[in-house]
Amino acid sequence: MSGPNTDYDPVEVTPLQAAEVERMRDEAIAAIEAAADLEQFKQARLDHAGDRSPLALANREIGALPPQARKEAGRRVGQARGAVNKALAARQAVLEVEHEERMLATETVDVTLPVDRRRTGSRHPITLQSELIADIFVAMGWEIAEGPVVEAEWLNFDALNLGPDHPARTMQDTFWTEPAENHVVLRTQTSPVQARAMLTRRPPIYVACPGRVFRTDEYDATHSPMFHQVEGLVVDEGITMAHLKGSLDHLAARLFGDGIDTRFRPSYFPFTEPSAEVDVRCFVCRGEDSDACRTCKGEGWIEWGGCGVVNPRVLIACGVDPEVYSGFAFGMGIDRSFMFRHSLGDLRPLFEGDARFSSAFGTEI
Amino acid sequence: MKAPLSWIKEYVDVPADVTTEELTRRLTLTGLKLEGIDSPGAQITGPLVIGRVLTLEPEPQKNGKTINWCTVDVGDANGTGEPQGIVCGAHNFEVGDLVVVVLPGGVLPGGFEISARKTYGHVSAGMICSARELGLGEDHDGIIVLPADAGVPGEDVRAVLGLDEEIIEFEINPDRAYALSLRGIAREVLVSVEGASGFRDPALRDTPPADDAGYPVVLEDQAGCPVFVARTVSGVDPSATTPDFIVQRITAAGMRPISLAVDVTNYVMLETGRPIHGYDLDKLQGAIVVRRAREGERLTTLDGAERVLDAEDLVVTDDSGIIGLGGVMGGETTEMSETTSRILVESAHWDPVAMFRTGKRHKITSEAGKRNERGVDPTICAAAADRVVELLTTYGGATADPGVTEVGTAPAPAPIEVAADRAARVAGIDIPEDRVVATLEAVGCTVSGVGTGTLEVLPPPWRPDLTDPQDTTEEVIRLVGYDTIPAVLPTAPAGRGLTRDQQLRRRVGRTAAAAGYVEVVTFPFVGESDLDALGLPGDDPRRTTLRLSNPLSSEAPSMTTTLLPGLLRAAARNVGHGTDSVALFEIATVTIPGSGEPAPILPVDRRPTEEEFAAVTGALPDQPLRLAVVATGEAEATGWWGTGRGVAWSDAIDVVQRVADALGLRLMTSAVAQAPWHPGRCAALELDGQVVGHAGELHPRVCDAFGLPPRSVAAEIDLDALLGAAVHLRPAPSFSGYPVAKEDVALVVTSDVPAAAVEQALREGAGDLLESVRLFDVYTGDQVAAGHKSLAYALRFRAPDRTLVEGEAAQARDAAVARAAEVTGAAQR
Repeated sequence: MSGPNTDYDPVEVTPLQAAEVERMRDEAIAAIEAAADLEQFKQARLDHAGDRSPLALANREIGALPPQARKEAGRRVGQARGAVNKALAARQAVLEVEHEERMLATETVDVTLPVDRRRTGSRHPITLQSELIADIFVAMGWEIAEGPVVEAEWLNFDALNLGPDHPARTMQDTFWTEPAENHVVLRTQTSPVQARAMLTRRPPIYVACPGRVFRTDEYDATHSPMFHQVEGLVVDEGITMAHLKGSLDHLAARLFGDGIDTRFRPSYFPFTEPSAEVDVRCFVCRGEDSDACRTCKGEGWIEWGGCGVVNPRVLIACGVDPEVYSGFAFGMGIDRSFMFRHSLGDLRPLFEGDARFSSAFGTEI
Repeated sequence: MKAPLSWIKEYVDVPADVTTEELTRRLTLTGLKLEGIDSPGAQITGPLVIGRVLTLEPEPQKNGKTINWCTVDVGDANGTGEPQGIVCGAHNFEVGDLVVVVLPGGVLPGGFEISARKTYGHVSAGMICSARELGLGEDHDGIIVLPADAGVPGEDVRAVLGLDEEIIEFEINPDRAYALSLRGIAREVLVSVEGASGFRDPALRDTPPADDAGYPVVLEDQAGCPVFVARTVSGVDPSATTPDFIVQRITAAGMRPISLAVDVTNYVMLETGRPIHGYDLDKLQGAIVVRRAREGERLTTLDGAERVLDAEDLVVTDDSGIIGLGGVMGGETTEMSETTSRILVESAHWDPVAMFRTGKRHKITSEAGKRNERGVDPTICAAAADRVVELLTTYGGATADPGVTEVGTAPAPAPIEVAADRAARVAGIDIPEDRVVATLEAVGCTVSGVGTGTLEVLPPPWRPDLTDPQDTTEEVIRLVGYDTIPAVLPTAPAGRGLTRDQQLRRRVGRTAAAAGYVEVVTFPFVGESDLDALGLPGDDPRRTTLRLSNPLSSEAPSMTTTLLPGLLRAAARNVGHGTDSVALFEIATVTIPGSGEPAPILPVDRRPTEEEFAAVTGALPDQPLRLAVVATGEAEATGWWGTGRGVAWSDAIDVVQRVADALGLRLMTSAVAQAPWHPGRCAALELDGQVVGHAGELHPRVCDAFGLPPRSVAAEIDLDALLGAAVHLRPAPSFSGYPVAKEDVALVVTSDVPAAAVEQALREGAGDLLESVRLFDVYTGDQVAAGHKSLAYALRFRAPDRTLVEGEAAQARDAAVARAAEVTGAAQR
């Protein structure tokens, strides 16, 4: 602040006196800073920075001053107004932040409220399991083959070396359609897709077929008239049982975890020879300390499916030259795989249509 | 097949250090899968010892019974060496007899705990046991009296009674009929268990030569019955009982002891695998003739069933007519009884296919039939008959008659030519030729041609399953061991991935799930009552179903033509569980019966021609893939946010449209009356002018019939049609950056004019500048005339390359309204 000016024109206007200007400035700043909210702030701005505020009125007086005084008065009033505007801006910023905080505070909600307004859908775990298995094979370069569930007797049995008098036909309890002389059945296995694949493709054939099959089993915890299998068929030159073992070990590892492999036991299927039952290493106990394992019941292994080297009789019936090509085939239970992968002891929930069951698995497994 | 371990070891020596677990593990790995190991004494714990009866005092009781108060020497087994006081109700023993005593602390089968207890005025400290109490059979005529040389008092009695026997149950594959005998199992032990040796073939015995003095037998059908051996015995003591070891062994094998003669034939069948039939010789009249039945002939079999025979059935006859269904079951008229003293033993070989067909035709399953249809060694008929004769003379007091009948010739196995390296090539491992030969010889084959590259393998007569190179290959590989086969991943050629349909099906499932629907899987079986519940009219094509001959339930005997019954039932079950809001979907095929042409049974010795294969696949019913949905309750939940929204007819259309949209398609809707939907709230869904499905609110009566809440909604659509039309490569869109011009119009039409028609007209009239039409309100009420509705549309106009000039959008709007007026009679409000 400068001191009293001795050069002042004697004709001084009161408002333009330095002390008066300072007083107006100080009052304005005090009022601005005293404004407690935007309402009071607006009033203070009107009172102290508006057109009719003391400083504005003082500013108007400057023109009436003698020229030599105008400069000094203009500077003085200008500085005061500048200080007021600065105070206004500062105060406004503070008040706006305060206001926003207050407003937002009033909008606080209880974020722990439930938010599930819309239904959540899901896919069936067997669909997901089938897709997962299909993807494993596709990743190996195989293709996914398909066939109908209402199938020709010839494809379900005869072409697979299950002639009409084959004792093994009684092993499978077949649903027959009417009239019987039409020779149409509900497929008892996905194996007819093997025959279809060989009749519609040329070797090399690498296909997997997940699908629905039917047997006349009464419905209980471990049996169902409808269930799901995945069939595998490879027909190529030089195919061996070692390739079969390699493919199934790979499937086991991808489905159940690294290091999970399979064990073959001699068995009998008309469409393969040699034939084997496939056990998969228990993925819970891994065959170590299996006595306490509930998943494999102390066996260390879980029965998984059947497999073997394609019987040359099947190759011949399907037009593949057994002198040139050999192949392997396998069939695994998809429901069964799902059941032990997800610790399900009773298969009925798979087919009861209870939304709670499917929902538990969402859209990927 | 259940086999007592001691019986197996009668024919093969197993090293002492091979435990039962190891033995069964080896057999499992070579193909005789262990089902379980049981022991008749498994349920008996605690002291079970030999006792000698020292005193026996009959004491009549007030209730009329007489009990015996006994003291029994049990050695030191009771810890004191003092005689044990025991009350016994049986009377078939005397002082000095050796008996079986269970002492206090012992537990008998059924959890029956023995303790010293006061009874009939004495403290009875234990029990003298009967066979039934020990679980050794049904004999409850008295307590067990042991032979005098059974042992000394106080000794454990389990071994004496065979209670420590281990009975191994094997799962026998259908090609391994030889393993349905102790002979076959012992042979498998020989080849499977390291160190096993000394195989003693129970069917290898000297038999008396055939002569002309035997019972006359004529084989009229050599193909059906190639060999028939008959032996006769006389003077069978009807009171002779079956020796304990036979009772124990056939019981262990799961057969019921009946009489000496029957038990002996069963015993020899288990021993050799050869089913035997015994006739009461005094009931036979004249020569036995084996022939095929004549259509319509009748026979009452042993089980009392009267059977009408087929011309394919093989029958055994005598002068009286048919006396048995050959190889399957004997007849009633010549059945052996308690008074039979002369027996004709039939040991015949039968054609397996005939056995299978007859068993299936007459629904007879028997131990004999099971073996005959799978294939029995045809060369051991005489040996088996001789063994029966031996047992009947040894234990039944019988005398063998001098005559021996042996008619026919056993079919000889055919040699198999197989490449010496075939097993190695199939297994993918190295198997030297000498190993191949040794393995085949071990299972009984005769091998020649060693060193020539091709082996000639003559299978043994007990292996009729060995007919092809793959059969001998399997024998070699299974005995070399499946566990020696390494894991090698085959290299597939570059694959084409999932087919487009397979990918699209996944997309459909994901879209339905994203729309809030839960996928379920239901059985495809349907019945009249389900179709009635859907309210289908009598002539509805969905009533034409493919019927099953043998449905699990007579209520649902057909393959369904629509997914809705299963889905609606599932929804109702969810509601029943207390889930009020349910939205389900299912993707599955349905079965539409086709031409009704039969699917031919083609030959299997060559590839079918294209025409033949087409005839097979063409005869199958149409099996289109469907998507069905059902929803009930709230589409959006009621909550703290306010009232929810109940599902509406439109939700059913919406989900299907979402699916169509995911495939790049748009379905046209039009009103239709179609069961099971509400007649005023059902849309036909059209794709390129074809109806591909229906959606809307279910008919109230259908909701009622399925137990669903009113206003439930559903849809069903042909997915094959949608997938087939799905847009493959969608062109990238381009958007105009010029400003949009919005025009709203409200059009009044009569209530029956479909909104879709109005929209269609607006689109036609508006011209190229139209970007979108959206119906944002439907109004009926005071502001419009009765029988009319007001439809409010928001139209958006835009040009791709310029800003619209003043009035241009309004002009297009007016043209749109004019077109709507022309086509639908719409008037602007």
